[in-house]
Amino acid sequence: MAERHGRTPKLKTIMPYAALGLIGLVLTAPLIAFLLNAFARQWFFPQLLPETWTFDAWGRLFSAGSEFTQALGNSTLIATVVALISLMLGLPAARALGLYRFRGKRLLEFLLLLPAVVPPLAVSMGLTVNFLRWGLTGNWIGVAVAHLVPVLPYVVLVLSGTFATYDISHEQQARTLGAKPLAVFLYITLPMIFPGVVVAGLFAFLISWSQYLLTLLVGSGRVITLPILLFSSASGSNNTTIAVQALMFTAPTLLLLIFTSRVLARNALTGLVRL
Amino acid sequence: MSSESKPSGWQLIALLAPAVLVLLVLFGGGLAYSILQSLGWQPLIGQYRLSLDAYTSLLFSREYAEVFWSGLAFSLWISAASTLISTVLAVIVALLIYHTVRGTRLWTFLFQFNLPVPHLVAGVGMLFLLSQSGLLSRGTAALGLTHTPSDFPVLVRDTNGIGIIIAYVWKETPFIGIILLGVLRSISDSYDITARNLGANFWQRFRYIILPLITPSLLSASLIVFAFTFGAYEIPALVGVRFPRALPVTALRLFTDADLNARPQAMALSILIALIISLVIGVYLWLRGMAERLN
Repeated sequence: MAERHGRTPKLKTIMPYAALGLIGLVLTAPLIAFLLNAFARQWFFPQLLPETWTFDAWGRLFSAGSEFTQALGNSTLIATVVALISLMLGLPAARALGLYRFRGKRLLEFLLLLPAVVPPLAVSMGLTVNFLRWGLTGNWIGVAVAHLVPVLPYVVLVLSGTFATYDISHEQQARTLGAKPLAVFLYITLPMIFPGVVVAGLFAFLISWSQYLLTLLVGSGRVITLPILLFSSASGSNNTTIAVQALMFTAPTLLLLIFTSRVLARNALTGLVRL
Repeated sequence: MSSESKPSGWQLIALLAPAVLVLLVLFGGGLAYSILQSLGWQPLIGQYRLSLDAYTSLLFSREYAEVFWSGLAFSLWISAASTLISTVLAVIVALLIYHTVRGTRLWTFLFQFNLPVPHLVAGVGMLFLLSQSGLLSRGTAALGLTHTPSDFPVLVRDTNGIGIIIAYVWKETPFIGIILLGVLRSISDSYDITARNLGANFWQRFRYIILPLITPSLLSASLIVFAFTFGAYEIPALVGVRFPRALPVTALRLFTDADLNARPQAMALSILIALIISLVIGVYLWLRGMAERLN
């Protein structure tokens, strides 16, 4: 682009970097706005930066038994349970899909992509009515079970990619040497697929952590997680409260990006659009 | 390697069954129940006759038609504009990053930065940035361009959906861009260098070499964005207004309505949203098939 506009060679080399710098600023701008608001005590209109700073909102939100700490606890509990269950259910299926060829495999892979394509509302409403009959609404267990819909297909797809490059002959050697199935899994299989399991587990946590609609419907207002609290704050509370909640809600997702930016496979990225 | 120990059919079924059954009950059961209720099946009140009443009332009745058609136009506008703008920006940024000599990894990281940020946070962020007393308004005031908050244009909670579109563009441009960057890096330099040696300028090299190579990935990434933005709830609910209202927001309002009589309409609307997305994907696949046969 810049090659056409640049009048001098110097401008030609600087222009793209200036454009990228501006884009970087735009992409980080909401985070900057949250950080400024989270520590602002007095910040009247024309002022570009807060006049006085404070930690008050943090102290208030993190005080024992507050709505916010409960939401933080609920979110962590639900996302952890969802990640563990989806790994337990997903590992065997991923092994079958990644290692073997069988009739109906293409159909199964297509069906696994469906929950990512069908708009969440169409499924969530029917699911909520079903859960109502099974007594799974209004409690965190029902919410965790519901989160399996967006999480489980994703875990299976990521892990089946891991199994596609997996050498099964090591398992056979161990078995020949007399290892029991559990020992084979713990000492041979798990160490070999461990990086894939960690990535799948972290993303499973993250997808569950970010769910708003399913939690709202299945939790029927009684299971308060961070996104539920943030959404209701956003249409009423003061900016400082909203900013702290938004930062705490986003923090784990950003930490995850830093940890996984090297191993982030392309198929891992397609899942992120739904957060 | 799999030939050495081909598992029996039962072993395969045992491996696949837990995940498949859970998804079948939760996803399949949920979708099936939504469809049944949209057809008027309500066992709780002894209503078992299936009909298209909910659909016809959404499309034609005095009560719902205006909300539906204005919402449809609004949702199509939001999704089309967000997808188009994100796609164009993503191509530009991906090419900029691809051609950087220094700091490529830093730019790539910065560009990935908002990928894991939830859409809900993107919506709240836009309220903080773009409202009339938000950060951008303070910036224009500092520069002397505006003097009071009301001098700043209404960009969030506006009737044209500008705030919603900006929020989606902020969120989806890096998504498309990172996919493109992966494709660009897998393309051999030799085409570009040959074209350059033959005297092709930047625009010619982009039009005849880069664009044909990235088009398939670009189209599928854009399609994912269109499908997502058309069916998503959070951002239009946070950054939108009462009228016009995006279809998913209306659907959820009907569903949570105290009056259970609106429930078939809520289900019908969410199924219609899914059908419209399927239609767009179907047209895309059909056009792609036509294009492949022509080549």
